[in-house]
Amino acid sequence: MTNSIMLVESLGVQNWTYILVGITFALYIGIAIWSRASSTKEFYVAGGGVSPLANGMATAADWMSAASFISMAGIISFAGYDGAVYLMGWTGGYVLLALLLAPYLRKFGKFTVPDFIGDRYYSNTARFVGVICALLVSFTYVAGQMRGVGLVFSRFLEVDINKGVIIGMLIVLFYAVLGGMKGITYTQVAQYCVLIFAFMVPAIFISIQMTGNPVPQLGFGSELADGSGTYLLDKLDGLSTDLGFAEYTEGSKSLIDVFAITLALMVGTAGLPHVIVRFFTVKRVKDARKSAGIALFLIMILYTAAPAVAVFARTNMIETVSNQPYTSVPEWFKKWETTGLIGFYDKNSDGKIQYLSGNAFLKDEHGKFDFKKPDPNVKNELYVDNDIMVLANPEIADLPDWVIALVAAGGLAAALSTAAGLLLVISASVSHDLIKKMMNPNISEKGELIAARLSAVGAVCVAGYFGINPPGFVAATVALAFGLAAASFFPAIILGIFYKRMNKEGAIAGMVVGITSMLLYMIKYKLGWFDEVLPDKSDWWFGISPEGFGTIAMILNFIVSIAIMKFTPPPPQEVQDIVENIRIPSGAGSATH
Amino acid sequence: MTKKNAKAYWKENIKYVLILLVIWFLVSYGAGIIFKEALNEIKVAGFKLGFWFAQQGSMYVFVILIFVYVRLMNKLDKKYGYDE
Repeated sequence: MTNSIMLVESLGVQNWTYILVGITFALYIGIAIWSRASSTKEFYVAGGGVSPLANGMATAADWMSAASFISMAGIISFAGYDGAVYLMGWTGGYVLLALLLAPYLRKFGKFTVPDFIGDRYYSNTARFVGVICALLVSFTYVAGQMRGVGLVFSRFLEVDINKGVIIGMLIVLFYAVLGGMKGITYTQVAQYCVLIFAFMVPAIFISIQMTGNPVPQLGFGSELADGSGTYLLDKLDGLSTDLGFAEYTEGSKSLIDVFAITLALMVGTAGLPHVIVRFFTVKRVKDARKSAGIALFLIMILYTAAPAVAVFARTNMIETVSNQPYTSVPEWFKKWETTGLIGFYDKNSDGKIQYLSGNAFLKDEHGKFDFKKPDPNVKNELYVDNDIMVLANPEIADLPDWVIALVAAGGLAAALSTAAGLLLVISASVSHDLIKKMMNPNISEKGELIAARLSAVGAVCVAGYFGINPPGFVAATVALAFGLAAASFFPAIILGIFYKRMNKEGAIAGMVVGITSMLLYMIKYKLGWFDEVLPDKSDWWFGISPEGFGTIAMILNFIVSIAIMKFTPPPPQEVQDIVENIRIPSGAGSATH
Repeated sequence: MTKKNAKAYWKENIKYVLILLVIWFLVSYGAGIIFKEALNEIKVAGFKLGFWFAQQGSMYVFVILIFVYVRLMNKLDKKYGYDE
């Protein structure tokens, strides 16, 4: 007994990480071999007989990416109230999915989202526009995931980032290519369990430490455990204003921008192809509704804990470093300093860390902070990366080694599950929508399955390439993938279901105008390619940031669609019959070509 | 007859959807964003109420809304004979 405890204590973070990551990877590969796909139906929609619970778990894992797991709590801890745009935006979309999209698309019973667009709008042009939108959305999103895999490897296992990306590629390649949607579904079920456990264990530990309340969601509204009788949030508000930051519970974005970003993220969520296809895998329409509810419940567990983690981490961070001598900082501070996630420069040479508002450092030509170039006009001496809050939280709170290792396994589960879901959308868009439906309708079942696997291989390679050589705009565009989805698919699908008169001319024009205006706004105000320098916030239309512009682009799409529709002929009778048919839940049968 | 049935079913469905979406809008955009400042005057334990709706409450309500819809629709499916 004592021996085993000693062994456990002497393992260290590194070995624990190897063990936990090794076990989880072996599990994913085992599941992939057990559930390999033998038909296109199994490859695209897992055979169509997935239970609502399994689908809910898979959807939750598919949905929660490296960004949700690693970055979100960190972003909230720096943004305070404004972080609510992500919390509400990335959950509220499920209400739209369950009430407005999932049941009808399930009844329609096809394999992909461009499939719906192509059939409902009786046009291969519409299908092609759908494919382009699906590829654009999915590729911007997947590159970030592969990068996330590489980051976790490099930070926890001291593997080179690029090697980390390649290991991640091989694992995803193995189970996505072999198992298709069927393999992905059941690995995602396992990945959900890993990631939620990995997120909640440190959250619960820290909540008990700080407030004595084991439920983090309640803990951050409780009094401090030190017996002072002060509420944690009041204390953090005080600390923030003392150091010159905005009050934590107030935030600093304008109301209209908060509104627009939240709506763009919600609508974008409901329009993301890799989320929508998950609902094609269940048996009946009522299962589609139910599994949307289960998925959101499972997502909510992490999403309601994240703002609590943000508050704990922020308070801990300020108390540990603010006005403390640099020589006595804890070990984790030095460790993350070497990875470039923390930067410190003693501007006033007092040997202490002044952590105040404002950027401590000037940016280099790549737009990254240069820790050798302190900004002399700002008193703040410290840079802290968003991602550190979740990755370093267990170390900051001095939790056991196995908990720290668990966070690495959880981050990998989150990144891999989302990457796999996106890769499937990409491969299905190519093999099913482009090859089978447009280029070679006579392709055999076996030929299509081979094409699907080959396009999955191709997609993994492209994603891996972007993971290793990230173009500067990838990080910026991941959040904008939602804007693109909101501007293109959401209006076309909603009108396709709820407006029988909507025709192909209207839908195609709407999608093209929507996605083009989103792209242009993004290029002008986020990437700054049109001007010498990135235009200032004051130039934004109606004060809406590029992240929130999806809302405007979506409205444009609706207006253009309806206006064009008024001047063009109604859809043929058989299409109108299809619309009537998808409104009735019974007789959904199974997904077909 | 079946066509009439389908129309009535669709009408009731739309009614449910609209009611639930109004609630969806009120908790998130209403309580969490537009009326946040006013609600922040009220404090429940350590939480300012507007802040709580934005970072906690709206998400709980979203989950409840979906399960209410699931229940309502399962009943509606039975009523119109579309259950399976």
